[in-house]
Amino acid sequence: MARITLENLSHSYLPAPSKDEDWALKPMTLTWEDGGAYALLGSSGCGKSTLLNIISGLLLPSKGRVLFGDRDMTGLSTMERNIAQVFQFPVVYDTMSVRENLAFPLKNRGLPADRIAARVAEIAEMIGMRDALDRRARGLTADAKQKISLGRGMVRQDVNAILFDEPLTVIDPHMKWELRTQLKELHRRFGHTMIYVTHDQTEALTFADQVVVMYDGRVVQAGTPQALFDAPEHTFVGYFIGSPGMNLMDARIEGAIAHIEGAQVPLPYGYGAMRGRTQLGIRPEFLSLGTGQEGLPYTIRRIEDVGHHRIIRGRVGQADVNVIVPEDQPIPADANRVIPDPAHAHVYLDDWRVNPARQERAA
Amino acid sequence: MDKPVNNRAWLLVLPVLLLVAFSAILPLMTVVNYSVQDTFGGNQFFWAGLDWFEEVIHSDRIRAALGRQILFSAIILAIEIPLGIFVALNMPKKGIWASFCLVLMALPLLIPWNVVGTIWQVFGRVDIGLLGFTLRKLGISYNYVNDAIDAWITVVVMDVWHWTSLVALLCYAGLQSIPDAYYQAARIDQASRWKVFRYIELPKMQGVLLIAVLLRFMDSFMIYTEPFVVTGGGPGNATTFLSIDLVKMAVGQFDLGPAAAFSLIYFLVILLISFVFYTVMTREKEDS
Repeated sequence: MARITLENLSHSYLPAPSKDEDWALKPMTLTWEDGGAYALLGSSGCGKSTLLNIISGLLLPSKGRVLFGDRDMTGLSTMERNIAQVFQFPVVYDTMSVRENLAFPLKNRGLPADRIAARVAEIAEMIGMRDALDRRARGLTADAKQKISLGRGMVRQDVNAILFDEPLTVIDPHMKWELRTQLKELHRRFGHTMIYVTHDQTEALTFADQVVVMYDGRVVQAGTPQALFDAPEHTFVGYFIGSPGMNLMDARIEGAIAHIEGAQVPLPYGYGAMRGRTQLGIRPEFLSLGTGQEGLPYTIRRIEDVGHHRIIRGRVGQADVNVIVPEDQPIPADANRVIPDPAHAHVYLDDWRVNPARQERAA
Repeated sequence: MDKPVNNRAWLLVLPVLLLVAFSAILPLMTVVNYSVQDTFGGNQFFWAGLDWFEEVIHSDRIRAALGRQILFSAIILAIEIPLGIFVALNMPKKGIWASFCLVLMALPLLIPWNVVGTIWQVFGRVDIGLLGFTLRKLGISYNYVNDAIDAWITVVVMDVWHWTSLVALLCYAGLQSIPDAYYQAARIDQASRWKVFRYIELPKMQGVLLIAVLLRFMDSFMIYTEPFVVTGGGPGNATTFLSIDLVKMAVGQFDLGPAAAFSLIYFLVILLISFVFYTVMTREKEDS
C-alpha cells in the first residue's frame, strides 16, 4: 500500500487535442494519502471515470505521471499496480458459481486454497451471500450481481487501493445504505485507500473523509465535507454540495460592500478591484426572511415543507434564491426581504472564490 | 403459464401453414409414399412395406457413404469452429480495418456453390491450376483426380475456405456484444488471456456458436454441389458423400423406392444429430 500521486496529469481521448474542450482531464496534480477514504464527486461526464481508469491502469494518460509512493507506475499494467476496481454495472463471470467468482482474483494471484476459502467465506458474509455461494452467477438479480462485483473488488487484501466507480447505482436504496456502511467498516478494518466515484453528494459525504469535486475535467476542490460546505472554492461546488445548493447573485463589489439590485450587503472583508463576472454566494442556511428595508428585495414563489425544515423558493431580481427556514420559525406573511448573514457570504470572480486574504497576491 | 388462449389466432397462421404444406409437407409425403411402394414403370405401384428401409439400412454402399459423411462433417467442424473463433478474436474491433475485414470475410459466402466448386476444380488442376501446378513444381505429388487423400484434402480445404467466414462472422458478432467493462474487470482481477477467453468470451459466444455448429453441421452433412463439381464423388467412391450417392440412386439408377427410404433415413439422421448438438450445447443454460 502506498500514497498515490497524480503529477501534472491530463488526458484526451483524441489523437491530437488542440482546444481546451478536447481534454477530458485538464492538467492536475493530486495526492491520495495512503489509507484515506476519498469520494470523487461530480456530475456525469466530468472526467471522474477517466481519472479512475488512469489510476487503475486501464487507461494510459496523455500527459503526466502516476506515482505509487515514489515509484513511477505510469506505464505499468493493471496487474503490476495491483489495484481493485468495481464498475458501475455488475460484471460477473456467468459460468462460474458465486464462490468461484469471489475466489477468481485470488486464484489468479496464486494464493493457497485454504486462504482463498477463508477469505471468500469472510467476504460472502459481508455482502450477505453466504447462503448463495454455490449458486450459478448467471440468472441472479442485478443487485446480487453487483454485490458479487463488490465482493470481488474487496477480496484481495494486498491491493494498493480499491476504486469504486458509482458501484451502488443499480442497488436498491435499503441495500445501498447497508453496503455503504459495510464499505466504511471495511475501510476501518483493513485501512485500504479507497476512492469512491459518485454523483450523489449524500453518498460522497457519508462515505468519505476527503471529498474531491470535479467539474468539466478539472478538480475544483478537495477537502473535508465541512470545508466544501463552508467555503466552496468554485460556484459548482457551492451548487453541487448542499440541498438546495448555494445561492449565487450577480453583484458589484466595492471594498467591503456588495451591491445587488440596488441594495447593499456588508461583507466581512474588503475586496480590491476585480475584472470579470462577480457574484455573491451564500448558502440558503444563512439567509433569513424579513420585512422593511433591511437586506435584499425578495419575492417568494413557493414554499416546500421537507419535514424538519422548510425551503422557500424565490427570487432576488432575476436570480433564483432559496432560503431554509427551521420548522419552529414562523414565516412572516408579508416577507419581502431576505437578510444574509455576512459571515458566511463569499465573493466569486468568474466562478472561482476570491480569497480576500490572498487577493493582493493574486491581483 | 396463464396465457389467454385465443383460438382465432389459428386463422392468422393458417396462410403460412398452407404455404408450408404445399412447399414442404406434401413433397415430403410424396417421398414417404415412394418409400413404401415399388414400381416397374407404367405408373403402376405395389405395396412394399418396410423392405426398402431394410435394404437401405443393410446396404454396404450406403453405410460406407454414411461413414465418409460423418468423417467429413467431423473434420469440417473440428477445423472451422476453432479457426472461425480464432479469426474472430483477431479481427479488429472497430475502424476502417474492421469494415475491410468484414467485407473480405463475406466474399466467399457470396459466391454460388457451383462456382466455388469450379474455382477449386481449376485451382487444383495440376496442368493449369495455380495450386496444383505450384505443388507439382515444388516436387509435392498432388493430384485430386486419382489420389483419394488428395481429393479429400481438396474438398476439405475448399469447404474451410468457403465456410469458415460464416463461423468467424457469427463469433465476431457475439464478441462485439461484450461490454468493455468485462474486459476491464478481467484486467483488474488479473485474469490471463486464456481465462478471459474461457470465462468471458466463450460464454458470451455460446449462443452464436450453437447456431454456427448447427449450420455447419447440417450444411456439411448435406454437401453436394462442391464435391460433385470438383471430384464427381471420385476417385472411385472416395468422396461420394450421402447426397451424391442419393442422387446417383434416385436420378442415375431411378431406384425411387430405395432412394425415398434413403432420403427419409438421411433426414432423420440430420434431425437426430442436430437435436443432440442442441441439447448438449444448451444444457448449461438450463442448469441455472
